[in-house]
Amino acid sequence: MSTDILSPRLVARGLSAGYPGRRVIEDLDLAIAPGRVTMIIGANACGKSTLLGVLARLRPPMAGTVELDGVDATTLSRRRFARAVGLLPQQPSAPEGLTVAELVSRGRHPHRGVFQRWSPEDSAIVDSALASTGMTELADRPVGDLSGGQRQRAWIAMALAQDPRILLLDEPTTFLDLSHQIEVLDLLRELNRTQGTTIVVVLHELNLAARYADELVVMSHGRVVAHGAPADVLTAEVVAEAFSLDALVMPDPLTGTPLIVPVPGGAHSAADHA
Amino acid sequence: MSVVEAVRTRTRTRRRWVVLALSGVLVLIAGLSLSLGDYPLSPDQVWRTLWGGGERVEAYVLFQVRAPRLAMALTAGAALGTAGALLQALLRNPLASPDLLGISGGSGVAAVFALLVLGTTGPVLTVFAFAGGLTVAVLLLFAGRGQRAGGYRLILAGIGVAFLCTAITNFLMVRAQVEQTQTALLWLTGSLSSTPWWQVVTLVLVGIASVPAVIASARWLPINQMGPATAAGLGIHPSRVQVVAVGAAVLLTAATCAFIGPVGFIALCAPAIARPLLGHGAIGVGSSAVVGATLLAAADLVAQFAIPGLQLPVGVVTGALGAVFLLWLLGTSKGRNL
Repeated sequence: MSTDILSPRLVARGLSAGYPGRRVIEDLDLAIAPGRVTMIIGANACGKSTLLGVLARLRPPMAGTVELDGVDATTLSRRRFARAVGLLPQQPSAPEGLTVAELVSRGRHPHRGVFQRWSPEDSAIVDSALASTGMTELADRPVGDLSGGQRQRAWIAMALAQDPRILLLDEPTTFLDLSHQIEVLDLLRELNRTQGTTIVVVLHELNLAARYADELVVMSHGRVVAHGAPADVLTAEVVAEAFSLDALVMPDPLTGTPLIVPVPGGAHSAADHA
Repeated sequence: MSVVEAVRTRTRTRRRWVVLALSGVLVLIAGLSLSLGDYPLSPDQVWRTLWGGGERVEAYVLFQVRAPRLAMALTAGAALGTAGALLQALLRNPLASPDLLGISGGSGVAAVFALLVLGTTGPVLTVFAFAGGLTVAVLLLFAGRGQRAGGYRLILAGIGVAFLCTAITNFLMVRAQVEQTQTALLWLTGSLSSTPWWQVVTLVLVGIASVPAVIASARWLPINQMGPATAAGLGIHPSRVQVVAVGAAVLLTAATCAFIGPVGFIALCAPAIARPLLGHGAIGVGSSAVVGATLLAAADLVAQFAIPGLQLPVGVVTGALGAVFLLWLLGTSKGRNL
C-alpha cells in the first residue's frame, strides 16, 4: 500500500532507559512496522510505558538511539519530531473549562510558528479530526463535562489534529468500560485503515490486544520476548514467560485471533518466577 | 461555517467584550485619579489641560504630580498582572505569584541593604532592588531545574527563599537606626507617591523589551499546561518554556519592585479576576495586564483618599484588599479550581 511509503520508520537500536541506578529497559531493538497497528503488552513494570516514553522523546535514552526515517531523533527539533510523531499519554489533563474544540485546536501547535496566526487550513484539519472521532456535536462542551469515553475520543481528536504519521498511545483504554474500550480501539483501527497512520499502543488487555493488533510486541523485564503477528506470537509459553500465568490459548470464536483463558490458580508471583 | 471557527469566534468575541469592559473601568479610574486631589480639577479642566489649554498650576498638577503617578500605577499594575498570569499558568497553580516565589522579597532585601547599610537612595537603590529580584530568580531556576522540574519544586524553593529574605530584611531592620528604619519600611510597603517621569519611562521600556518573551510564553503556556507528557508530545520544550516565562515574569516584577517597592497581591489577584471573565481555560495574559493596571490605579486612589488627611502607601491597600479578595475567592470556589 502506498501509505507504507508515506509513514516514516520509527526504530529503536540498542536502547537502554530507566532511572539513575536502575535500567528499566536494556539493549532493546525494535522496528515499528510502518502503516500498521502495533500493540505492546507485558506485565506491570516490564518497561512498556518506559519504552513508549523513549520512543516519544519524553525521556532521553541512557544508551542507544531512536531513529525516525534513519535520522537520530535527538538531532531533530522537538517541533519537527512532533509533526511526525504524536503521543497520547496515560491520563492527560485538560485545564478547567477548556472546550473540546479548543483542546483539539491545540493539536495544531507543532505546525504553527510562535508568531504565526491560525489559518483556515488549521480549522479544516481540526474540523475533520472532530468529525472522524464523532466529536463534532460536542465541540463547544467543556472537556471536563464529558463521559470517560467521550473524553478519550476528544484527546484522540487532538492527536489527530496534530496530523502525525505515527501515533503513540499509552494505555488509552484504562478506566473505560468494555464497550468504550472497544469503541476507542475500533476508532484507532479505522484511522489506521483509512489514513494509513502508524499506530503504537501500550495495552493491558491481552485479548483486546490480540484482536486489534497487526503486530504484537511482548515485553518482559525490559526485553522484547516476542514480536510478530498475534497468532504467531501469543503462545501459552510466551504468556507464561511474560505474565507468570498459566493459560490456555485458543482461537477467538469470532475473529480467530488468539484468546487467552487463564487457568484457575495459574498466576505465579514474580518471586516464584525469578 | 467550520465548527471550530464558530467556537473560536465565540471565544474571541467574549475576549473582545471583556477587554472593552475592563478598559472602560480603567479609563474611569484614570479620570478620577487625574481630577481628584488637594487641588481638584473638573473633568472639563483635565481634558482641556491634557490638550495644552490649561493654566500653569493646572498643567503642573496634572503633568508633574498626577499623570506620572497614574502612569506608574498603570504600568506597574500591568507588569505585575502579566507576571502573575505567566507564573500561575506555568506552575498550574492559582496561588503562584512573584510575592510568593520570593522575587519581591529578593528585591526587598537588596533595597533595604542598600538603604540601611550603604546609605544609598535614588536610582542606585533601584539598581539594587532589581539585582536582588534577579538573583532570587536565578536561584529559583537553578533549584527548579532538571528532568521533572514541576511546579511544586519551584514553589517550595520560592517559599523557602521568601522566608530567608524576610529573615534577612528583619535582621537589617532591627540593627538599623529608627529614622532609617522608617524610610526602609515605607519602601518595603510599596508606594507610588512622588514618582518622577524617568521611572515611568524606564519601566515602560522594560515592558516593551519583555513583549517578545511574553508573547512566546502566551503561545506556549496553554500547551505546557496540559502536563509534561502531552506538552512534549506537541513539541514543547518544558525547560525552555520555564526559562522564557519565568524570565519575563522576573524582569517585569523586579523592575516594578525597583521603582515602587514590593507591592503585594496585584500579581496574585489580577489573573484570578481575568481568568473567570474569559472562561474556557484561558490563561488571560493580556486581560490580566489590564486588570492589574486597573487594580493598582484603583488601590492608589483608595490609598490617597480613604482616610481624609492621611496618605496611605499603596502597598497597605493592596495588601488589605488583596487578603480579603483571596479569602472571598477561596470561599466561593467550592469544587472548582480557582
